[in-house]
Amino acid sequence: MQSAQFIAKFEFLDEIREFVGDIARNAGFGSKEVYNIQLAADEAASNIIEHAYEGVSNGMLEVSCGVKDGAITIIMVDHGESFDPSAIPMPDLKADLSERKIGGLGIFLMRKLMDEVHYETKNRSNVLTMIKRKR
Amino acid sequence: MEISVQEFKHCDLVAIKGRVDSATAPQLAQTLEKANENGKYKLVMDMAALEYMSSAGFRALLAAQRNCKKYNRGEVVLANVPDRIREALELAGFTELFKTFDDTLTAVGHF
Repeated sequence: MQSAQFIAKFEFLDEIREFVGDIARNAGFGSKEVYNIQLAADEAASNIIEHAYEGVSNGMLEVSCGVKDGAITIIMVDHGESFDPSAIPMPDLKADLSERKIGGLGIFLMRKLMDEVHYETKNRSNVLTMIKRKR
Repeated sequence: MEISVQEFKHCDLVAIKGRVDSATAPQLAQTLEKANENGKYKLVMDMAALEYMSSAGFRALLAAQRNCKKYNRGEVVLANVPDRIREALELAGFTELFKTFDDTLTAVGHF
């Protein structure tokens, strides 16, 4: 498992995507899977920056990533406000244009793109774990 | 991300290059809002050189589509959507909200 600390700002999303993308690619994930893993990591980190660290300018985000037995695990730890993602309603994908809500889309994509998504809060830290198995 | 806007007689062609995420999506949103402010509601998004788009980019496209379609004055259509981005748009249920074209010529000709 490799770990890296990132400043919790949108400007560092590129680096976060590269960090998990390199590990996935080196472990033999295909280009489509690598893209989807990067997208899930981006959505997760974007949510943390936007919600957990709302109004906070010096937040840090620790990202750990590793591959074992053909499954990639991404763990993101932040020290911002905890939020319960299960409290966010799933977007209605059948709603027409005027009714379409955009909130919750990031979490929806994370769940669709990864095999497992877990959240927990411990010792005043929020821990997000995402797992995807190689197809 | 780089954006260029080319004006045609019946629509504007907006070419997006590079990566659209939470950091760069506001710039895309601003470009589309500015087009609307200038009375341009028929927009073709050329995604041929687009490498990546997160839901932040989808959100900008949705806001533009809502504004453009108001009073039947226009719409946003997509052209040259790369496979990975099309798959993510499908997953998000967005492909039903935008007409998509295989090339910019057909997309521009749609208007």
